[in-house]
Amino acid sequence: MMKISQIIKELDLELISGEKGLDNETNGVYSGDLLSVVMASAKEKQIWLTVQTHINIVAIASLIDISAILIVEGMEVEEDTIEKSNELGIPIIRTNKTTYEISIELYKLGIN
Amino acid sequence: MNNSKDKNKIKLEYSIISNDFKRAGETSSNIKSILKKVGIDNKVIRKVAIVTYEAEMNIVIHSYGGNIKLMVEGNNIIINAYDKGPGIEDISLAMKEGYSTATDEVRELGFGAGMGLPNIKKCSDYFKIESSTEGTRLLIKISF
Ligand SMILES: Nc1ncnc2c1ncn2[C@@H]1O[C@H](COP(=O)(O)OP(=O)(O)OP(=O)(O)O)[C@@H](O)[C@H]1O
Ligand SMILES: [Mg+2]
Repeated sequence: MMKISQIIKELDLELISGEKGLDNETNGVYSGDLLSVVMASAKEKQIWLTVQTHINIVAIASLIDISAILIVEGMEVEEDTIEKSNELGIPIIRTNKTTYEISIELYKLGIN
Repeated sequence: MNNSKDKNKIKLEYSIISNDFKRAGETSSNIKSILKKVGIDNKVIRKVAIVTYEAEMNIVIHSYGGNIKLMVEGNNIIINAYDKGPGIEDISLAMKEGYSTATDEVRELGFGAGMGLPNIKKCSDYFKIESSTEGTRLLIKISF
Protein backbone atom coordinates (compact mmCIF):
# COMPACT_ATOMS: atom_id res chain seq x y z
CA MET A 1 0.00 0.00 0.00
CA MET A 2 1.25 3.46 -0.88
CA LYS A 3 -0.25 6.85 -0.13
CA ILE A 4 -1.46 9.00 -3.02
CA SER A 5 0.64 11.88 -1.65
CA GLN A 6 3.78 9.76 -1.94
CA ILE A 7 2.99 8.70 -5.51
CA ILE A 8 2.47 12.34 -6.49
CA LYS A 9 5.89 13.19 -5.07
CA GLU A 10 7.73 10.22 -6.55
CA LEU A 11 6.30 10.61 -10.05
CA ASP A 12 6.13 14.39 -10.07
CA LEU A 13 2.38 14.46 -10.76
CA GLU A 14 0.16 17.52 -10.62
CA LEU A 15 -2.47 17.63 -7.87
CA ILE A 16 -5.57 19.31 -9.22
CA SER A 17 -8.11 18.81 -6.43
CA GLY A 18 -9.37 16.59 -3.65
CA GLU A 19 -6.57 17.27 -1.15
CA LYS A 20 -8.61 15.75 1.66
CA GLY A 21 -7.97 12.33 0.11
CA LEU A 22 -4.18 12.58 -0.15
CA ASP A 23 -3.76 10.01 2.61
CA ASN A 24 -5.78 7.45 0.62
CA GLU A 25 -3.77 4.34 -0.04
CA THR A 26 -3.51 2.29 -3.21
CA ASN A 27 -1.92 -0.89 -4.42
CA GLY A 28 -3.26 -1.13 -7.95
CA VAL A 29 -4.07 0.61 -11.18
CA TYR A 30 -7.07 0.50 -13.49
CA SER A 31 -7.22 2.20 -16.84
CA GLY A 32 -10.35 2.88 -18.88
CA ASP A 33 -12.53 5.51 -20.49
CA LEU A 34 -15.82 3.67 -20.99
CA LEU A 35 -17.67 4.40 -17.79
CA SER A 36 -19.81 1.25 -17.52
CA VAL A 37 -16.76 -0.90 -18.14
CA VAL A 38 -14.86 0.94 -15.43
CA MET A 39 -17.84 0.52 -13.12
CA ALA A 40 -17.78 -3.24 -13.64
CA SER A 41 -14.04 -3.87 -13.61
CA ALA A 42 -12.21 -1.33 -11.48
CA LYS A 43 -11.61 -2.44 -7.90
CA GLU A 44 -11.67 -0.51 -4.67
CA LYS A 45 -8.49 1.34 -3.68
CA GLN A 46 -7.15 1.38 -7.24
CA ILE A 47 -5.91 4.49 -9.02
CA TRP A 48 -8.04 5.10 -12.09
CA LEU A 49 -6.27 6.32 -15.24
CA THR A 50 -8.56 8.04 -17.73
CA VAL A 51 -8.95 10.82 -20.28
CA GLN A 52 -12.52 11.52 -19.10
CA THR A 53 -12.79 14.77 -17.17
CA HIS A 54 -16.47 15.53 -16.62
CA ILE A 55 -18.21 15.53 -13.24
CA ASN A 56 -19.48 11.97 -13.53
CA ILE A 57 -16.00 10.48 -13.04
CA VAL A 58 -16.03 11.65 -9.42
CA ALA A 59 -19.38 9.96 -8.76
CA ILE A 60 -18.06 6.73 -10.23
CA ALA A 61 -14.83 6.88 -8.24
CA SER A 62 -16.82 7.48 -5.06
CA LEU A 63 -19.30 4.66 -5.77
CA ILE A 64 -16.63 2.01 -6.23
CA ASP A 65 -14.13 3.42 -3.71
CA ILE A 66 -11.36 4.44 -6.09
CA SER A 67 -8.39 6.03 -4.24
CA ALA A 68 -7.56 8.68 -6.84
CA ILE A 69 -8.32 9.66 -10.43
CA LEU A 70 -5.24 10.15 -12.61
CA ILE A 71 -5.96 12.20 -15.73
CA VAL A 72 -3.52 11.32 -18.52
CA GLU A 73 -2.32 13.23 -21.59
CA GLY A 74 -2.73 16.57 -19.78
CA MET A 75 -6.47 16.79 -20.36
CA GLU A 76 -8.21 19.92 -19.05
CA VAL A 77 -10.45 19.18 -16.03
CA GLU A 78 -13.82 20.93 -15.80
CA GLU A 79 -14.57 23.29 -12.92
CA ASP A 80 -17.56 21.34 -11.53
CA THR A 81 -15.49 18.14 -11.59
CA ILE A 82 -12.90 19.90 -9.43
CA GLU A 83 -15.58 21.11 -7.02
CA LYS A 84 -17.07 17.64 -6.65
CA SER A 85 -13.63 16.14 -6.09
CA ASN A 86 -12.95 18.65 -3.31
CA GLU A 87 -16.35 17.99 -1.77
CA LEU A 88 -15.89 14.21 -1.70
CA GLY A 89 -12.17 14.24 -0.98
CA ILE A 90 -11.23 12.12 -3.97
CA PRO A 91 -7.92 13.38 -5.39
CA ILE A 92 -7.70 14.24 -9.07
CA ILE A 93 -4.10 14.21 -10.26
CA ARG A 94 -2.69 14.79 -13.71
CA THR A 95 0.21 13.92 -15.97
CA ASN A 96 1.13 14.91 -19.52
CA LYS A 97 2.29 11.36 -20.15
CA THR A 98 0.27 8.68 -21.93
CA THR A 99 -1.52 5.88 -20.08
CA TYR A 100 1.19 3.47 -21.17
CA GLU A 101 4.09 5.66 -20.05
CA ILE A 102 2.64 6.47 -16.64
CA SER A 103 1.59 2.86 -16.09
CA ILE A 104 5.20 1.77 -16.45
CA GLU A 105 6.30 4.37 -13.92
CA LEU A 106 3.60 3.27 -11.47
CA TYR A 107 4.69 -0.32 -11.95
CA LYS A 108 8.32 0.55 -11.29
CA LEU A 109 7.21 2.28 -8.11
CA GLY A 110 5.78 -1.00 -6.94
CA ILE A 111 2.10 -0.33 -7.69
CA ASN A 112 0.95 -3.39 -9.57
CA MET B 1 -27.03 1.72 15.87
CA ASN B 2 -29.13 -1.44 15.95
CA ASN B 3 -28.50 -2.79 12.50
CA SER B 4 -31.22 -5.26 11.66
CA LYS B 5 -33.91 -2.94 12.98
CA ASP B 6 -32.63 0.07 11.08
CA LYS B 7 -32.12 -1.82 7.86
CA ASN B 8 -35.75 -2.80 7.70
CA LYS B 9 -36.85 0.78 8.10
CA ILE B 10 -35.09 1.80 4.90
CA LYS B 11 -37.46 3.07 2.22
CA LEU B 12 -35.95 5.50 -0.21
CA GLU B 13 -37.33 7.27 -3.24
CA TYR B 14 -35.62 9.62 -5.67
CA SER B 15 -36.75 11.35 -8.80
CA ILE B 16 -34.29 11.35 -11.69
CA ILE B 17 -34.33 14.17 -14.20
CA SER B 18 -33.70 13.57 -17.88
CA ASN B 19 -30.40 14.94 -19.19
CA ASP B 20 -29.29 16.25 -15.80
CA PHE B 21 -25.65 15.23 -16.03
CA LYS B 22 -24.55 17.54 -13.23
CA ARG B 23 -26.61 15.76 -10.60
CA ALA B 24 -26.21 12.36 -12.20
CA GLY B 25 -24.80 9.88 -9.72
CA GLU B 26 -26.20 11.67 -6.68
CA THR B 27 -29.01 9.19 -6.18
CA SER B 28 -26.69 6.19 -6.23
CA SER B 29 -24.16 8.00 -4.00
CA ASN B 30 -26.87 8.83 -1.51
CA ILE B 31 -28.13 5.24 -1.43
CA LYS B 32 -24.61 3.99 -0.92
CA SER B 33 -23.93 6.19 2.09
CA ILE B 34 -27.22 5.23 3.74
CA LEU B 35 -26.55 1.49 3.30
CA LYS B 36 -23.06 2.00 4.67
CA LYS B 37 -24.44 3.69 7.78
CA VAL B 38 -26.65 0.73 8.67
CA GLY B 39 -23.75 -1.66 8.25
CA ILE B 40 -24.59 -3.51 5.02
CA ASP B 41 -21.67 -5.63 3.80
CA ASN B 42 -19.24 -3.90 1.40
CA LYS B 43 -19.67 -6.52 -1.32
CA VAL B 44 -23.43 -6.01 -1.27
CA ILE B 45 -23.00 -2.24 -1.29
CA ARG B 46 -20.81 -2.48 -4.38
CA LYS B 47 -23.52 -4.42 -6.22
CA VAL B 48 -26.21 -1.94 -5.17
CA ALA B 49 -23.97 0.96 -6.19
CA ILE B 50 -23.44 -0.48 -9.67
CA VAL B 51 -27.12 -1.34 -10.16
CA THR B 52 -28.45 2.02 -8.99
CA TYR B 53 -25.81 3.98 -10.89
CA GLU B 54 -26.48 2.22 -14.19
CA ALA B 55 -30.24 2.49 -13.72
CA GLU B 56 -29.92 6.16 -12.81
CA MET B 57 -27.75 6.93 -15.84
CA ASN B 58 -30.09 5.09 -18.18
CA ILE B 59 -32.97 7.22 -16.94
CA VAL B 60 -30.87 10.39 -17.34
CA ILE B 61 -29.59 9.50 -20.80
CA HIS B 62 -32.32 7.44 -22.47
CA SER B 63 -35.61 8.50 -20.86
CA TYR B 64 -37.84 11.50 -20.25
CA GLY B 65 -37.21 11.15 -16.51
CA GLY B 66 -38.27 8.75 -13.80
CA ASN B 67 -37.84 7.42 -10.29
CA ILE B 68 -35.72 5.01 -8.30
CA LYS B 69 -37.08 3.38 -5.18
CA LEU B 70 -35.15 1.19 -2.79
CA MET B 71 -36.22 -0.74 0.25
CA VAL B 72 -34.88 -3.45 2.48
CA GLU B 73 -37.09 -6.45 3.12
CA GLY B 74 -35.65 -9.24 5.25
CA ASN B 75 -32.37 -10.17 3.60
CA ASN B 76 -33.19 -8.51 0.31
CA ILE B 77 -32.54 -5.09 -1.08
CA ILE B 78 -35.31 -4.33 -3.53
CA ILE B 79 -34.77 -1.72 -6.20
CA ASN B 80 -37.42 -0.34 -8.52
CA ALA B 81 -36.42 1.95 -11.37
CA TYR B 82 -39.07 3.29 -13.71
CA ASP B 83 -39.42 6.09 -16.18
CA LYS B 84 -41.94 7.86 -18.37
CA GLY B 85 -40.74 6.54 -21.72
CA PRO B 86 -39.99 6.41 -24.62
CA GLY B 87 -39.30 2.78 -23.78
CA ILE B 88 -37.04 0.13 -25.29
CA GLU B 89 -38.05 -1.27 -28.66
CA ASP B 90 -36.22 -4.58 -28.45
CA ILE B 91 -35.37 -5.66 -24.91
CA SER B 92 -33.29 -8.70 -25.84
CA LEU B 93 -31.13 -6.50 -28.06
CA ALA B 94 -30.79 -3.89 -25.30
CA MET B 95 -29.62 -6.60 -22.89
CA LYS B 96 -26.75 -7.58 -25.21
CA GLU B 97 -23.27 -6.49 -24.15
CA GLY B 98 -22.13 -3.72 -26.45
CA TYR B 99 -25.54 -2.72 -27.79
CA SER B 100 -26.18 0.99 -27.39
CA THR B 101 -28.22 3.73 -29.04
CA ALA B 102 -26.29 6.46 -27.20
CA THR B 103 -25.59 9.59 -29.24
CA ASP B 104 -22.07 10.68 -30.22
CA GLU B 105 -22.41 13.50 -27.72
CA VAL B 106 -22.81 11.21 -24.69
CA ARG B 107 -20.35 8.66 -26.08
CA GLU B 108 -17.71 11.37 -25.94
CA LEU B 109 -18.34 11.53 -22.19
CA GLY B 110 -17.68 7.80 -21.88
CA PHE B 111 -21.28 6.56 -21.89
CA GLY B 112 -22.64 4.17 -24.47
CA ALA B 113 -20.47 1.08 -24.00
CA GLY B 114 -23.70 -0.89 -23.96
CA MET B 115 -22.71 -2.45 -20.66
CA GLY B 116 -25.16 -0.82 -18.25
CA LEU B 117 -28.03 -3.31 -18.43
CA PRO B 118 -25.68 -6.34 -18.56
CA ASN B 119 -23.89 -4.95 -15.47
CA ILE B 120 -27.21 -4.58 -13.67
CA LYS B 121 -28.20 -8.15 -14.48
CA LYS B 122 -24.83 -9.52 -13.35
CA CYS B 123 -25.06 -7.80 -9.99
CA SER B 124 -28.67 -8.85 -9.32
CA ASP B 125 -29.99 -11.99 -7.68
CA TYR B 126 -33.32 -11.29 -9.36
CA PHE B 127 -33.80 -9.07 -12.38
CA LYS B 128 -36.88 -8.18 -14.39
CA ILE B 129 -37.24 -5.61 -17.14
CA GLU B 130 -40.46 -4.45 -18.76
CA SER B 131 -40.84 -1.76 -21.35
CA SER B 132 -43.43 -0.09 -23.53
CA THR B 133 -43.75 3.35 -25.09
CA GLU B 134 -45.20 4.44 -21.74
CA GLY B 135 -41.92 3.68 -20.00
CA THR B 136 -39.37 1.18 -18.80
CA ARG B 137 -39.44 -0.56 -15.45
CA LEU B 138 -36.68 -2.53 -13.74
CA LEU B 139 -37.22 -4.71 -10.69
CA ILE B 140 -34.06 -5.88 -8.99
CA LYS B 141 -33.35 -7.86 -5.87
CA ILE B 142 -29.96 -8.18 -4.23
CA SER B 143 -29.67 -10.55 -1.28
CA PHE B 144 -27.29 -10.18 1.63
N1 LIG C 1 -34.60 3.59 -19.35
C1 LIG C 1 -34.42 3.42 -20.67
N2 LIG C 1 -35.27 3.99 -21.55
C2 LIG C 1 -35.12 3.82 -22.88
N3 LIG C 1 -34.14 3.10 -23.44
C3 LIG C 1 -33.25 2.50 -22.61
C4 LIG C 1 -33.34 2.63 -21.19
N4 LIG C 1 -32.35 1.91 -20.64
C5 LIG C 1 -31.67 1.36 -21.65
N5 LIG C 1 -32.19 1.70 -22.84
C6 LIG C 1 -31.75 1.25 -24.20
O1 LIG C 1 -30.98 0.07 -24.04
C7 LIG C 1 -29.65 0.29 -24.56
C8 LIG C 1 -28.65 -0.48 -23.74
O2 LIG C 1 -28.58 0.06 -22.41
P1 LIG C 1 -27.24 -0.09 -21.56
O3 LIG C 1 -27.40 0.58 -20.27
O4 LIG C 1 -26.88 -1.53 -21.53
O5 LIG C 1 -26.15 0.65 -22.46
P2 LIG C 1 -25.95 2.21 -22.69
O6 LIG C 1 -26.72 2.97 -21.68
O7 LIG C 1 -26.24 2.52 -24.11
O8 LIG C 1 -24.39 2.37 -22.44
P3 LIG C 1 -23.64 2.26 -21.02
O9 LIG C 1 -24.66 1.91 -19.99
O10 LIG C 1 -22.61 1.21 -21.20
O11 LIG C 1 -23.05 3.62 -20.81
C9 LIG C 1 -29.48 1.79 -24.57
O12 LIG C 1 -28.52 2.23 -25.51
C10 LIG C 1 -30.88 2.27 -24.91
O13 LIG C 1 -31.13 2.13 -26.30
MG1 LIG D 1 -26.57 2.52 -19.66
